[in-house]
Amino acid sequence: MSDEIRDKVVGLVAERMGVEPEQITEATHFVNDLQSDSLDMAELVIDLEEGFDLTISDEDAQKIETVGQAIEYIKQSQQQSQ
Amino acid sequence: MKPLEGKTAVVTGAAQGIGRAICLRLAEDGANIAGVDVAQDVLEETGAMVREKGVQFLGLQADVSRFDQMREAVAKVAQTFESIDIMVNNAGITRDNFLIRMSEEEWDRVLAINLKGVFNGIKAVARTMTKQRSGRIVNIASVVGMTGNVGQANYSASKAGVIGLTKTAAKELAKRNVTVNAVAPGFIVTPMTDHLSEEAREAALSSIPVGCFGQSEDVAAVVAFLARTDAAYVTGEVIRVDGGMAM
Ligand SMILES: NC(=O)c1ccc[n+]([C@@H]2O[C@H](COP(=O)([O-])OP(=O)(O)OC[C@H]3O[C@@H](n4cnc5c(N)ncnc54)[C@H](O)[C@@H]3O)[C@@H](O)[C@H]2O)c1
Repeated sequence: MSDEIRDKVVGLVAERMGVEPEQITEATHFVNDLQSDSLDMAELVIDLEEGFDLTISDEDAQKIETVGQAIEYIKQSQQQSQ
Repeated sequence: MKPLEGKTAVVTGAAQGIGRAICLRLAEDGANIAGVDVAQDVLEETGAMVREKGVQFLGLQADVSRFDQMREAVAKVAQTFESIDIMVNNAGITRDNFLIRMSEEEWDRVLAINLKGVFNGIKAVARTMTKQRSGRIVNIASVVGMTGNVGQANYSASKAGVIGLTKTAAKELAKRNVTVNAVAPGFIVTPMTDHLSEEAREAALSSIPVGCFGQSEDVAAVVAFLARTDAAYVTGEVIRVDGGMAM
Protein backbone atom coordinates (compact mmCIF):
# COMPACT_ATOMS: atom_id res chain seq x y z
CA MET A 1 0.00 0.00 0.00
CA SER A 2 2.61 2.52 1.05
CA ASP A 3 4.83 1.64 -1.88
CA GLU A 4 1.91 2.25 -4.18
CA ILE A 5 1.66 5.81 -2.90
CA ARG A 6 5.38 6.33 -3.29
CA ASP A 7 5.41 5.00 -6.84
CA LYS A 8 2.45 7.11 -7.82
CA VAL A 9 3.96 10.31 -6.40
CA VAL A 10 7.26 9.58 -8.12
CA GLY A 11 5.41 8.91 -11.35
CA LEU A 12 3.49 12.19 -11.16
CA VAL A 13 6.64 14.16 -10.35
CA ALA A 14 8.56 12.48 -13.16
CA GLU A 15 5.87 13.23 -15.68
CA ARG A 16 5.38 16.79 -14.56
CA MET A 17 9.09 17.64 -14.49
CA GLY A 18 10.05 15.62 -17.54
CA VAL A 19 12.58 13.31 -15.83
CA GLU A 20 12.90 9.53 -15.51
CA PRO A 21 11.33 7.99 -12.36
CA GLU A 22 14.66 6.26 -11.62
CA GLN A 23 16.27 9.64 -11.14
CA ILE A 24 13.90 10.49 -8.29
CA THR A 25 14.36 9.55 -4.63
CA GLU A 26 12.70 10.69 -1.39
CA ALA A 27 15.53 13.18 -1.00
CA THR A 28 14.93 14.80 -4.36
CA HIS A 29 14.39 18.51 -3.79
CA PHE A 30 11.89 20.12 -6.15
CA VAL A 31 13.71 23.43 -6.55
CA ASN A 32 17.35 22.42 -6.06
CA ASP A 33 17.31 19.12 -7.92
CA LEU A 34 14.48 19.47 -10.42
CA GLN A 35 14.71 23.24 -11.01
CA SER A 36 10.98 23.55 -10.57
CA ASP A 37 9.57 27.07 -10.42
CA SER A 38 6.46 28.29 -8.63
CA LEU A 39 4.21 27.46 -11.58
CA ASP A 40 5.60 23.90 -11.73
CA MET A 41 4.87 23.58 -8.00
CA ALA A 42 1.32 24.87 -8.43
CA GLU A 43 0.73 22.35 -11.20
CA LEU A 44 2.31 19.55 -9.22
CA VAL A 45 0.06 20.26 -6.26
CA ILE A 46 -2.95 19.99 -8.59
CA ASP A 47 -1.53 16.73 -10.00
CA LEU A 48 -1.30 15.35 -6.46
CA GLU A 49 -4.78 16.59 -5.57
CA GLU A 50 -6.27 14.96 -8.65
CA GLY A 51 -4.17 11.82 -8.37
CA PHE A 52 -5.08 11.13 -4.75
CA ASP A 53 -8.48 12.82 -4.62
CA LEU A 54 -7.67 15.24 -1.84
CA THR A 55 -7.24 18.97 -1.38
CA ILE A 56 -3.96 20.50 -0.30
CA SER A 57 -4.18 23.98 1.22
CA ASP A 58 -1.76 26.62 -0.08
CA GLU A 59 -0.22 26.74 3.37
CA ASP A 60 0.49 23.00 3.41
CA ALA A 61 1.67 23.07 -0.19
CA GLN A 62 4.37 25.59 0.65
CA LYS A 63 5.89 23.22 3.18
CA ILE A 64 6.41 20.50 0.61
CA GLU A 65 9.96 20.87 -0.66
CA THR A 66 11.06 17.31 -1.36
CA VAL A 67 9.52 14.23 -2.92
CA GLY A 68 9.72 12.51 0.48
CA GLN A 69 7.71 15.28 2.08
CA ALA A 70 5.06 14.97 -0.61
CA ILE A 71 4.79 11.20 -0.03
CA GLU A 72 4.63 11.75 3.71
CA TYR A 73 1.90 14.36 3.31
CA ILE A 74 -0.25 12.08 1.16
CA LYS A 75 0.15 9.15 3.58
CA GLN A 76 -0.79 11.27 6.57
CA SER A 77 -3.86 12.79 4.97
CA GLN A 78 -5.03 9.36 3.79
CA GLN A 79 -4.68 8.00 7.33
CA GLN A 80 -6.66 10.93 8.68
CA SER A 81 -9.50 10.34 6.25
CA GLN A 82 -9.82 6.69 7.23
CA MET B 1 -3.56 22.17 -45.39
CA LYS B 2 -5.85 24.64 -43.64
CA PRO B 3 -4.20 26.64 -40.84
CA LEU B 4 -6.33 25.16 -38.03
CA GLU B 5 -6.80 21.65 -39.46
CA GLY B 6 -7.29 19.08 -36.69
CA LYS B 7 -7.55 21.69 -33.95
CA THR B 8 -10.45 22.05 -31.55
CA ALA B 9 -11.86 25.44 -30.62
CA VAL B 10 -14.29 26.33 -27.83
CA VAL B 11 -16.26 29.52 -28.46
CA THR B 12 -18.61 31.02 -25.86
CA GLY B 13 -21.59 33.12 -26.86
CA ALA B 14 -21.60 31.10 -30.07
CA ALA B 15 -25.29 31.35 -30.93
CA GLN B 16 -25.28 34.69 -32.74
CA GLY B 17 -23.38 37.86 -33.58
CA ILE B 18 -19.61 37.93 -33.24
CA GLY B 19 -19.51 34.48 -31.59
CA ARG B 20 -21.24 32.87 -34.55
CA ALA B 21 -18.89 34.61 -36.99
CA ILE B 22 -15.89 33.37 -35.00
CA CYS B 23 -17.24 29.80 -35.12
CA LEU B 24 -17.69 30.00 -38.88
CA ARG B 25 -14.29 31.53 -39.52
CA LEU B 26 -12.42 29.01 -37.34
CA ALA B 27 -14.40 26.22 -39.04
CA GLU B 28 -13.40 27.57 -42.45
CA ASP B 29 -9.80 27.42 -41.26
CA GLY B 30 -10.34 23.73 -40.46
CA ALA B 31 -11.03 23.64 -36.70
CA ASN B 32 -13.70 21.51 -35.04
CA ILE B 33 -15.96 23.74 -32.98
CA ALA B 34 -17.54 23.43 -29.55
CA GLY B 35 -20.06 26.24 -29.18
CA VAL B 36 -21.23 27.31 -25.73
CA ASP B 37 -24.30 29.47 -25.20
CA VAL B 38 -27.38 29.87 -23.02
CA ALA B 39 -29.60 30.08 -26.12
CA GLN B 40 -29.78 26.42 -27.12
CA ASP B 41 -32.07 26.66 -30.15
CA VAL B 42 -30.20 29.54 -31.83
CA LEU B 43 -26.95 27.74 -31.05
CA GLU B 44 -28.13 24.85 -33.19
CA GLU B 45 -28.44 27.24 -36.15
CA THR B 46 -24.78 28.09 -35.72
CA GLY B 47 -24.10 24.36 -35.48
CA ALA B 48 -25.77 23.64 -38.80
CA MET B 49 -23.79 26.42 -40.49
CA VAL B 50 -20.52 25.16 -38.98
CA ARG B 51 -21.14 21.58 -40.11
CA GLU B 52 -21.66 22.84 -43.66
CA LYS B 53 -17.98 23.80 -43.60
CA GLY B 54 -17.11 20.12 -43.23
CA VAL B 55 -15.99 20.11 -39.60
CA GLN B 56 -17.57 18.76 -36.41
CA PHE B 57 -19.73 20.86 -34.11
CA LEU B 58 -20.62 20.20 -30.50
CA GLY B 59 -23.29 22.45 -29.00
CA LEU B 60 -23.21 22.95 -25.25
CA GLN B 61 -25.76 24.80 -23.18
CA ALA B 62 -23.98 26.55 -20.33
CA ASP B 63 -23.95 29.90 -18.57
CA VAL B 64 -20.41 31.27 -18.60
CA SER B 65 -20.98 33.03 -15.28
CA ARG B 66 -21.42 29.63 -13.60
CA PHE B 67 -18.09 28.07 -12.76
CA ASP B 68 -19.39 24.50 -12.56
CA GLN B 69 -21.37 24.72 -15.78
CA MET B 70 -18.30 25.91 -17.67
CA ARG B 71 -16.16 23.19 -16.16
CA GLU B 72 -18.68 20.52 -17.14
CA ALA B 73 -19.08 21.92 -20.65
CA VAL B 74 -15.34 21.93 -21.25
CA ALA B 75 -15.03 18.42 -19.81
CA LYS B 76 -17.49 17.28 -22.48
CA VAL B 77 -15.37 18.95 -25.15
CA ALA B 78 -12.30 17.10 -23.87
CA GLN B 79 -14.22 13.80 -24.02
CA THR B 80 -15.48 14.42 -27.55
CA PHE B 81 -12.32 15.78 -29.14
CA GLU B 82 -8.70 14.81 -28.61
CA SER B 83 -7.46 18.18 -27.47
CA ILE B 84 -8.59 21.70 -26.68
CA ASP B 85 -6.36 24.01 -28.68
CA ILE B 86 -8.28 27.27 -28.83
CA MET B 87 -10.56 28.98 -26.29
CA VAL B 88 -12.47 32.09 -27.34
CA ASN B 89 -14.21 33.84 -24.45
CA ASN B 90 -16.74 35.88 -26.36
CA ALA B 91 -20.03 35.74 -24.42
CA GLY B 92 -20.99 39.15 -23.15
CA ILE B 93 -23.96 41.37 -22.36
CA THR B 94 -24.77 45.04 -21.86
CA ARG B 95 -27.10 46.57 -19.26
CA ASP B 96 -26.59 50.26 -19.98
CA ASN B 97 -27.60 52.99 -17.59
CA PHE B 98 -26.23 56.22 -16.23
CA LEU B 99 -24.06 55.54 -13.23
CA ILE B 100 -26.42 57.46 -10.97
CA ARG B 101 -29.31 55.28 -12.16
CA MET B 102 -27.47 51.97 -12.38
CA SER B 103 -28.80 49.27 -10.10
CA GLU B 104 -26.68 46.83 -8.17
CA GLU B 105 -28.25 44.05 -10.20
CA GLU B 106 -27.18 45.67 -13.49
CA TRP B 107 -23.64 45.99 -12.21
CA ASP B 108 -23.43 42.45 -10.82
CA ARG B 109 -24.91 40.72 -13.85
CA VAL B 110 -22.59 42.40 -16.36
CA LEU B 111 -19.52 41.74 -14.24
CA ALA B 112 -20.57 38.13 -13.66
CA ILE B 113 -20.95 37.32 -17.36
CA ASN B 114 -18.35 39.58 -18.97
CA LEU B 115 -15.53 39.30 -16.44
CA LYS B 116 -16.08 36.28 -14.23
CA GLY B 117 -17.22 34.44 -17.33
CA VAL B 118 -13.78 34.93 -18.87
CA PHE B 119 -12.10 33.76 -15.65
CA ASN B 120 -14.32 30.67 -15.67
CA GLY B 121 -13.47 29.99 -19.31
CA ILE B 122 -9.74 30.32 -18.76
CA LYS B 123 -9.89 28.14 -15.62
CA ALA B 124 -11.83 25.48 -17.47
CA VAL B 125 -9.19 25.03 -20.18
CA ALA B 126 -5.95 26.06 -18.46
CA ARG B 127 -5.12 22.62 -17.07
CA THR B 128 -5.63 20.89 -20.38
CA MET B 129 -3.59 23.48 -22.26
CA THR B 130 -0.70 23.58 -19.80
CA LYS B 131 -0.54 19.79 -19.86
CA GLN B 132 -0.54 19.82 -23.65
CA ARG B 133 2.07 22.55 -23.53
CA SER B 134 0.18 24.44 -26.19
CA GLY B 135 -2.92 26.56 -26.43
CA ARG B 136 -4.46 29.79 -27.67
CA ILE B 137 -6.82 31.83 -25.53
CA VAL B 138 -8.55 34.85 -27.05
CA ASN B 139 -10.79 37.07 -24.94
CA ILE B 140 -13.23 39.49 -26.49
CA ALA B 141 -12.90 42.82 -24.69
CA SER B 142 -14.07 46.17 -26.09
CA VAL B 143 -12.55 49.55 -26.86
CA VAL B 144 -14.76 51.02 -24.12
CA GLY B 145 -12.65 49.02 -21.67
CA MET B 146 -9.85 51.40 -22.68
CA THR B 147 -11.75 54.64 -23.16
CA GLY B 148 -14.83 54.42 -20.94
CA ASN B 149 -18.27 55.24 -22.33
CA VAL B 150 -21.27 57.17 -21.08
CA GLY B 151 -23.90 54.76 -19.77
CA GLN B 152 -21.54 51.81 -19.56
CA ALA B 153 -19.88 51.93 -16.15
CA ASN B 154 -20.54 48.24 -15.60
CA TYR B 155 -19.66 47.17 -19.14
CA SER B 156 -16.49 49.26 -19.48
CA ALA B 157 -15.27 48.10 -16.05
CA SER B 158 -15.88 44.49 -17.03
CA LYS B 159 -13.97 44.91 -20.30
CA ALA B 160 -11.08 46.75 -18.62
CA GLY B 161 -11.04 43.81 -16.22
CA VAL B 162 -10.81 41.39 -19.13
CA ILE B 163 -7.73 43.24 -20.39
CA GLY B 164 -6.00 43.00 -17.00
CA LEU B 165 -6.96 39.34 -16.68
CA THR B 166 -5.64 38.69 -20.20
CA LYS B 167 -2.24 40.15 -19.37
CA THR B 168 -1.86 38.23 -16.12
CA ALA B 169 -2.93 34.96 -17.71
CA ALA B 170 -0.50 35.63 -20.56
CA LYS B 171 2.35 36.03 -18.09
CA GLU B 172 1.42 32.95 -16.05
CA LEU B 173 0.89 30.62 -18.99
CA ALA B 174 3.65 31.85 -21.30
CA LYS B 175 6.13 29.18 -20.23
CA ARG B 176 3.63 26.50 -21.20
CA ASN B 177 3.36 27.77 -24.75
CA VAL B 178 -0.17 29.03 -24.13
CA THR B 179 -0.79 32.53 -25.48
CA VAL B 180 -3.53 34.78 -24.13
CA ASN B 181 -4.65 37.82 -26.07
CA ALA B 182 -7.61 40.16 -26.17
CA VAL B 183 -9.47 41.55 -29.14
CA ALA B 184 -11.19 44.89 -28.56
CA PRO B 185 -13.97 45.55 -31.06
CA GLY B 186 -15.35 49.03 -31.60
CA PHE B 187 -18.83 49.33 -33.07
CA ILE B 188 -19.81 46.05 -34.74
CA VAL B 189 -23.17 45.39 -36.39
CA THR B 190 -24.74 42.57 -34.33
CA PRO B 191 -27.96 41.94 -32.37
CA MET B 192 -26.20 43.64 -29.44
CA THR B 193 -25.97 46.95 -31.29
CA ASP B 194 -29.26 46.58 -33.22
CA HIS B 195 -31.35 48.12 -30.48
CA LEU B 196 -29.34 51.37 -30.31
CA SER B 197 -31.11 54.58 -31.29
CA GLU B 198 -30.48 56.29 -34.62
CA GLU B 199 -28.97 59.17 -32.69
CA ALA B 200 -26.50 56.92 -30.89
CA ARG B 201 -25.53 55.26 -34.16
CA GLU B 202 -24.87 58.57 -35.90
CA ALA B 203 -22.79 59.81 -32.99
CA ALA B 204 -20.78 56.57 -33.12
CA LEU B 205 -20.34 56.72 -36.86
CA SER B 206 -18.91 60.24 -36.77
CA SER B 207 -16.17 59.03 -34.42
CA ILE B 208 -15.00 56.21 -36.69
CA PRO B 209 -12.17 57.27 -39.05
CA VAL B 210 -12.83 54.55 -41.65
CA GLY B 211 -16.40 55.83 -41.86
CA CYS B 212 -18.43 52.68 -41.40
CA PHE B 213 -19.43 50.18 -38.74
CA GLY B 214 -17.52 46.93 -38.41
CA GLN B 215 -18.84 43.48 -39.26
CA SER B 216 -18.58 40.38 -37.08
CA GLU B 217 -16.28 38.88 -39.70
CA ASP B 218 -13.77 41.69 -39.10
CA VAL B 219 -13.45 40.55 -35.49
CA ALA B 220 -13.41 36.86 -36.43
CA ALA B 221 -10.48 37.39 -38.81
CA VAL B 222 -8.29 38.74 -36.02
CA VAL B 223 -9.33 35.94 -33.66
CA ALA B 224 -8.44 33.43 -36.38
CA PHE B 225 -4.98 34.95 -36.71
CA LEU B 226 -4.33 34.80 -32.96
CA ALA B 227 -5.47 31.16 -32.92
CA ARG B 228 -2.84 30.07 -35.40
CA THR B 229 0.29 28.18 -34.46
CA ASP B 230 2.47 30.83 -36.06
CA ALA B 231 1.05 33.57 -33.81
CA ALA B 232 3.11 32.03 -30.99
CA TYR B 233 5.13 35.19 -30.29
CA VAL B 234 2.07 37.39 -29.75
CA THR B 235 0.81 37.25 -26.17
CA GLY B 236 -0.72 39.64 -23.64
CA GLU B 237 -1.69 41.88 -26.55
CA VAL B 238 -4.91 43.83 -27.01
CA ILE B 239 -5.82 44.29 -30.66
CA ARG B 240 -8.41 46.90 -31.48
CA VAL B 241 -10.79 46.10 -34.33
CA ASP B 242 -12.56 49.43 -34.46
CA GLY B 243 -11.88 51.24 -37.72
CA GLY B 244 -9.56 53.58 -35.85
CA MET B 245 -12.20 54.71 -33.36
CA ALA B 246 -10.12 54.52 -30.18
CA MET B 247 -6.60 55.27 -31.37
N1 LIG C 1 -21.29 44.36 -31.06
C1 LIG C 1 -20.38 45.26 -30.71
O1 LIG C 1 -20.36 46.39 -31.20
C2 LIG C 1 -19.33 44.89 -29.70
C3 LIG C 1 -18.33 45.85 -29.43
C4 LIG C 1 -17.33 45.54 -28.53
C5 LIG C 1 -17.34 44.31 -27.89
N2 LIG C 1 -18.32 43.41 -28.17
C6 LIG C 1 -18.25 42.14 -27.45
O2 LIG C 1 -18.30 41.06 -28.34
C7 LIG C 1 -18.92 39.95 -27.71
C8 LIG C 1 -20.05 39.43 -28.58
O3 LIG C 1 -20.97 40.47 -28.77
P1 LIG C 1 -22.16 40.43 -29.83
O4 LIG C 1 -22.30 41.81 -30.35
O5 LIG C 1 -21.97 39.32 -30.73
O6 LIG C 1 -23.38 40.17 -28.80
P2 LIG C 1 -24.74 39.36 -29.01
O7 LIG C 1 -25.65 39.84 -27.94
O8 LIG C 1 -25.18 39.47 -30.42
O9 LIG C 1 -24.30 37.86 -28.72
C9 LIG C 1 -23.87 37.47 -27.45
C10 LIG C 1 -24.08 35.96 -27.31
O10 LIG C 1 -23.66 35.59 -25.99
C11 LIG C 1 -24.65 34.76 -25.43
N3 LIG C 1 -24.64 34.88 -23.97
C12 LIG C 1 -25.10 35.92 -23.23
N4 LIG C 1 -24.96 35.65 -21.94
C13 LIG C 1 -24.41 34.41 -21.84
C14 LIG C 1 -24.03 33.58 -20.73
N5 LIG C 1 -24.21 33.97 -19.48
N6 LIG C 1 -23.48 32.38 -21.01
C15 LIG C 1 -23.32 31.95 -22.28
N7 LIG C 1 -23.68 32.69 -23.35
C16 LIG C 1 -24.21 33.91 -23.13
C17 LIG C 1 -25.96 35.23 -26.02
O11 LIG C 1 -26.96 34.22 -25.93
C18 LIG C 1 -25.55 35.54 -27.45
O12 LIG C 1 -25.64 34.39 -28.26
C19 LIG C 1 -19.35 40.43 -26.34
O13 LIG C 1 -18.40 40.09 -25.38
C20 LIG C 1 -19.42 41.92 -26.52
O14 LIG C 1 -19.25 42.60 -25.30
C21 LIG C 1 -19.31 43.67 -29.06
